[in-house]
Amino acid sequence: MEKNPGRFGQTGLLRIPPFLEFELRDGETYNRRPTPAKRLPLMDAFFRNLTRFFAFFVFSILAAILVSLVFHSQLALSRFGFAFLLDPEWNPVTQEFGALVPIYGTLVSSAIAMIIGIPVSFGIALFLTELAPVWLKRPLGTAIEMLAAIPSIIYGMWGLFVFAPIFAETVQPALIKTFGALPIFGMLFKGPAMGIGMLTAGIILAIMVIPFITAVMRDVFELVPPLLKESAYGLGATTWEVVWKVVLPYTRIGVVGGIMLGLGRALGETMAVTFVIGNAHRLSPSLLAPGNSIASALANEFTEAVGDLHSSALIELGLILFLITTIVLALSKLLLLQLAKQEGRQT
Amino acid sequence: MLCLSGATMAFGLFWLAWILITLLHEGFSALSLTLFTQTTPPPGSAGGLANAIAGSLMMATVATLIGTPIGILAGTYLAEFGRRGWLAPATRFINDILLSAPSIVIGLFIYSVYVAQVRHFAGWGGALALSLIVIPVVVRTTDDMLKLVPDSLREAAAALGAPAWKMIVFVSYPAARAGIVTGILLAVARISGETAPLLFTALNNQFWSLNMNQPMANLPMVIFQFAMSPYPDWHRLAWGGAILITLGVLGLNILARALFRRGN
Repeated sequence: MEKNPGRFGQTGLLRIPPFLEFELRDGETYNRRPTPAKRLPLMDAFFRNLTRFFAFFVFSILAAILVSLVFHSQLALSRFGFAFLLDPEWNPVTQEFGALVPIYGTLVSSAIAMIIGIPVSFGIALFLTELAPVWLKRPLGTAIEMLAAIPSIIYGMWGLFVFAPIFAETVQPALIKTFGALPIFGMLFKGPAMGIGMLTAGIILAIMVIPFITAVMRDVFELVPPLLKESAYGLGATTWEVVWKVVLPYTRIGVVGGIMLGLGRALGETMAVTFVIGNAHRLSPSLLAPGNSIASALANEFTEAVGDLHSSALIELGLILFLITTIVLALSKLLLLQLAKQEGRQT
Repeated sequence: MLCLSGATMAFGLFWLAWILITLLHEGFSALSLTLFTQTTPPPGSAGGLANAIAGSLMMATVATLIGTPIGILAGTYLAEFGRRGWLAPATRFINDILLSAPSIVIGLFIYSVYVAQVRHFAGWGGALALSLIVIPVVVRTTDDMLKLVPDSLREAAAALGAPAWKMIVFVSYPAARAGIVTGILLAVARISGETAPLLFTALNNQFWSLNMNQPMANLPMVIFQFAMSPYPDWHRLAWGGAILITLGVLGLNILARALFRRGN
């Protein structure tokens, strides 16, 4: 068989079409980088740099947001300093602003959302991966993902017009009656049953983050090698024992990553919370009282802010929210990457 | 213990059913031809949501036109050229953070960068803010879908003498076409329901206006304003708008899934 070296120096039976061959100059071998025409490397470089430019653009959006927020909150930062984080007073008339009430509202409503949402998401993910018959998995999974697709303003409207009145008439009086009289715990349930407030906001946030946490949990539960589960079943473990003692420890990092993703979403949620949190710049230990979250304060006040200091204080609130959510989401991403690396090492 | 898991499943479905039933029940009476033909009324008069629908459609179109090319090109870099170096993993990381970032902060950013500079609210600002929400979704789906294209296709193209850009444009893109279109549809579905980015950028407009350089009426802001008001006819229109948005979003989601399944 005659040797027919290819363009990259390979030899074989394959005949290269004549128009793809090129002339060798003196002293050259076939083993050089091919440049068939003069124009094409320019196109290649152009395309490569075009895509690189836009990738860099996406990369710099986050930094641009951070710089812009810091720049525009300079006025409030220089006036209030770190005391801004601990000041409960928000008074546009005396121009004294403090972020304690919105930060408290954001953290408490997100905490309620997590307390309700994590067990429910875990149960749904467990049901979809272990218990559901195969024909039911897809429709039920799609239904839960529809919860994520519903826009947050719909949650807000539904919460304000439908959920809050029913909540105020049935559940809240029951809560006040059962828990209100207890010594310390009862402080959480004092006050009139208005329907709107921190607890309502927390519950609606829980419903909104459930699909996100469930999606991540489902994905990580599916990563468990069937061999591991079958071995446990073979040793006589029940389904619950397999989930609690085999699946969950194996996917621990991913589960925490998913929870932090849900937390990041809950912290930044605006419209649903704005409708039902009550918009009151008051600090109150009761969960039934109205409050304010950073996002709802921004949504309600920004377009009507009087004066540069007011706007600047609101932008500083936005900066605080941005920093908190970025840190939480970055941690979540790191944990999920860690799980993927661990998965890659073991398989 | 496992019963509890079934109970949580029922719990999740219960909320979905309640919300959808409420939407249909309250919004159905508002659905009529006048919803699409008349503009937003003052309280007490009859009217519709025509200017809000038109404004939302315009801003969503512009946002998609801006965000899709940027997203696809950035995603192409991540999948095709990003196997070595630092830019691709870093961009992926930041992209995933942006995907879940609070949309009100995006609105604040566009306010500071655009609205405060031109000194008036504008539909362009709203479109820019929405495009910043489109970009991470499209980057993520393009990256994932292009990574799914088998390398043997790429090697075959290279063996036939195709330069890199031809290989990407004529081999990778058609192979991942279904997935990329799905990503664009999902991004459009996402921005149709977003209110927070429009709060400080496009504001709202009670009159019919197609001028993007002025505050522009849009469905989410109109729903917000009408729902928070004390007027029952405004509430009815708000529910009508809510049902329109939800049907649009859910319809786009289902269409995206069907296209994806058929394309593959």
